[in-house]
Amino acid sequence: MTIFIPTPLRLYAGGQDAVELDAPTVADALEALTQAHPDLRKHLFTAEGKLRAFVNLYLNDEDVRYLPAKEATAVTSADTLSIIPFIAGGN
Amino acid sequence: MGILHLNRAVYDAIRAHGEETWPHECCGVLLGRFSPANASTTDAAGKELGGWQVQAAVRAGNTRTDSAHNRYQIAPVELVKIERDARRQGLDIAGFYHSHPDHPAQWSATDFAEAHWLGCSYVITAVAQGKATVTNSFLLAGATEEDKRFDQETILVEDQPGTPDPT
Ligand SMILES: [Zn+2]
Repeated sequence: MTIFIPTPLRLYAGGQDAVELDAPTVADALEALTQAHPDLRKHLFTAEGKLRAFVNLYLNDEDVRYLPAKEATAVTSADTLSIIPFIAGGN
Repeated sequence: MGILHLNRAVYDAIRAHGEETWPHECCGVLLGRFSPANASTTDAAGKELGGWQVQAAVRAGNTRTDSAHNRYQIAPVELVKIERDARRQGLDIAGFYHSHPDHPAQWSATDFAEAHWLGCSYVITAVAQGKATVTNSFLLAGATEEDKRFDQETILVEDQPGTPDPT
């Protein structure tokens, strides 16, 4: 599958804007990504290993939080995973 | 101070967007490329600075319809699509813009708490009684969420769209 790396995290992914890897599920893909690029881990996960609250994961056009199997969802080589931090604010 | 390069069309478009949505906040995404430091971008001390060269602004819907006069939020799925389109054009997400209806063009505690795109520019336009006044840009600096900060940048409005700096 292809994981799209957002602008702020490319620095920690060898400057790449996308990473290709083979993994059976979303969780495995994230594990493989952070194994290959360990500096990404603290930007994506809390010290307890949970995905940071402001980080959204989209499998193609679907929010992984709302998929029935969530991060255990199976993926294929044709899938894309977008890592998208929240964008919001106010006065 | 860093420099944010905006072409005239983008600068005018984000200010016009804020006027259109007043008294509600507008929001959108800035697309461009990062240009490394060169001789035409130096600070007062002569230090060369890199910065985002913004080539396009994409309007986004403000999903905070419950409090649109003082809050904005871009739906992540909309951002996913905007980012995917940008990649096809060879552009990156350089930053975001929003308006402050009847409020100064300074970042707020909410803006700071909800800013997570390190290295990206956050552009704020004050819109007073429906008219765009000051536009400021703040770079979300720092290496991690825990040590992030906003650094004000100089906005350079360039009249020829897409023209690179002379080097
Ligand atoms: Zn704001």
